Amino acid sequence: MLRDAWAIMTKDLRIEMRARVGLWQVLPFAAISLILFSFALGPKASTLAQGAAGMTWVGVLFATFLVVGRSQSLEMGTGVSEAQRLAGVDPAGMFLGKTAAVGIQLLAIELLLGLGAKLLLHFAIERFWILIVSSILATIGLAAVGTLYGALVAGARARETLLPMLVLPVLIPVLISAVRCWQAASVSSGLAIGEWLSILATFAVVYLAAGILLYGQVQESQ
Amino acid sequence: MTVHLEPAATSLALAFSLSNVVALDGAFPVLAGASVSGAMGTLTAIVGGNGAGKTSLLRTLAGLTAVTRGSAIVLGRDVSGGGSELVGRVGLLGHNTGLYDELSPRDNLRFLAKVTRSPKTAVDEALDAVGLSRRVGVTPLARLSAGQRRRAGLAAMVLRSPELWLLDEPHASLDPAAKDMVDHLIAQALRAGSTVVLTSHEPDLARSMSHALVEMAGGVVTAIHQGKGGIVDVA
Amino acid sequence: MKRHGLTITGAISAVTLVLTAILGIAITPPDVTQKEYARFLYLHPPMAWVAYLAFGVAALSSILYLWPRTRRPFFDYLALASVESGVLFTGLVLATGSMWAEPVWGTYWVWDARLTATALMFVMFLGYLAIRRMGGTAEQIARRGAIVALISSINVPIVHFSVLWWNTLHQGPSVLTPGLSSQGVHGAMAWTMLLSFVAFTTLFVWMILRRIRLEQLRSGVGVGVLDAAIAARVAEGDAVEVSA
Repeated sequence: MLRDAWAIMTKDLRIEMRARVGLWQVLPFAAISLILFSFALGPKASTLAQGAAGMTWVGVLFATFLVVGRSQSLEMGTGVSEAQRLAGVDPAGMFLGKTAAVGIQLLAIELLLGLGAKLLLHFAIERFWILIVSSILATIGLAAVGTLYGALVAGARARETLLPMLVLPVLIPVLISAVRCWQAASVSSGLAIGEWLSILATFAVVYLAAGILLYGQVQESQ
Repeated sequence: MTVHLEPAATSLALAFSLSNVVALDGAFPVLAGASVSGAMGTLTAIVGGNGAGKTSLLRTLAGLTAVTRGSAIVLGRDVSGGGSELVGRVGLLGHNTGLYDELSPRDNLRFLAKVTRSPKTAVDEALDAVGLSRRVGVTPLARLSAGQRRRAGLAAMVLRSPELWLLDEPHASLDPAAKDMVDHLIAQALRAGSTVVLTSHEPDLARSMSHALVEMAGGVVTAIHQGKGGIVDVA
Repeated sequence: MKRHGLTITGAISAVTLVLTAILGIAITPPDVTQKEYARFLYLHPPMAWVAYLAFGVAALSSILYLWPRTRRPFFDYLALASVESGVLFTGLVLATGSMWAEPVWGTYWVWDARLTATALMFVMFLGYLAIRRMGGTAEQIARRGAIVALISSINVPIVHFSVLWWNTLHQGPSVLTPGLSSQGVHGAMAWTMLLSFVAFTTLFVWMILRRIRLEQLRSGVGVGVLDAAIAARVAEGDAVEVSA
């Protein structure tokens, strides 16, 4: 399973490195959404700083759809998914590999959006470790849910609208928790984060497990 | 009449055995009660007009299509569920290669080698076997010609060397040299003990090379002729 | 036998619904603090119970469908029927809740954990119905639906806790205060409420029984059609041979 996951992840990342879709389409989109939010809420610095965490994560959520859509379109070439099945690629490995590749791309986007939030929205960073831990946990959840649902709707003609409709409600716990963690990270003390990290961790574990168990069935429904 | 074959008995001699198979595409029966079997290590050619059910038969043999009625036993496994019982043992090369368009043939084969636990050296061997040059080997598949992509698909089959080769019109749109190359690969696979099933539009060619010639029409097998199995190995 | 079950549940449901309406509107007294709005008590809680029951049933039957050993079309029909009536009742729960909350709480909506989880459940199961319209074979549709039902329902408790903490950790105690007066529930009110639970539960059972029956009839049509389609398909081949 892990070996297949590694092969899938490196394959996906290799394709993305070559095509640079992430760099040229997803990132500008996320950056523009950040700028739009600042026009909508600004220009008062304190308001922007207050909303910075929320704006960043809404931007990440939108970027998730683009990254997931791209990731699934790779597998939807004619006969590709069947060829992988016949070659004996483990569905759970496929799920983990694609989730990992999506997650790595999302982490890169979060890093750059976080930087943008710091520079443009006056987002203060006091406790860096909270930022790191919460982002990683949240990203696992986003990538796992995105990959699971992305594969489910990959064959649909209306997948661009179907995916957000299915996934956004599911991702609300991640949005709430990640934003709370980032807000906590911007002050030196005070805000508790135990509950939020536990939600992020639970969410990540639950949906990783769901994907590992169900991805084979998802593929057979394609 | 439904014939139930004992899996234990068939797995010794028969590579595949379909009996009165009905398979649906939506509500349409692409196979309407097809029966055919083939022995291990033989070449079976399926001929018939467009829409006769040739490709559907190959897909059923690959375990990719659920069987609505009848029984389908391939390599000793019941594949009527259309599930993944044959993981890794069957290779299917259709009109599309099943490879990633974004990757070069070489990267595709490297990926395949990783997931099938094949040695890395097998990648270059397979590319050489189908005559893909170094330059073509590193160009993304999307930018290659139809013939080159077909060779890449064949290279994937060579790399995987499955027990059962399913080739959907392997000679279509290939130049004479490439056709010879395909025949050579098939002969090699047979020599290595694999079973090969191919479809063809050219009955004469198919008859001359196969052990069994299967005629299909209207989703059923209409006739089976025994052939000489005289595939010409140019090498 | 099945016909009888359908008729009996339908009859029980109709009688209890009418009784609930009579008791709820004419017999029971208005509440001291909530006045006439307390009558929502015979509508809103039983429908909320049915909504959650429906999604519980949908999740359970989806697991049974996904598990290869228990895979039967019946469980798909059951899940579909439950989600459909569940969506209806969740919509009604949200509507009646808002109608009650405006005069009593002074607002149509609060970001309370239970409310938000219910609203999200509504949206997620609308997604279930949407994905079933994606097309494909009956088995593909059933499988996709079952997966969505399952992974949506495991999200409900997570949403519940995250919204609970999101709200309480931020705004202090929840706005939700006990709705009824301190005198407790009047005897007639308690009986009427109990009756309303029976009425809506049997209504739900009746609805899914009917829906399953419809789905079974729809799939049963296929058998004869398949034979005809096979015959036509084979004849297709004969025609080719004659002309050739």
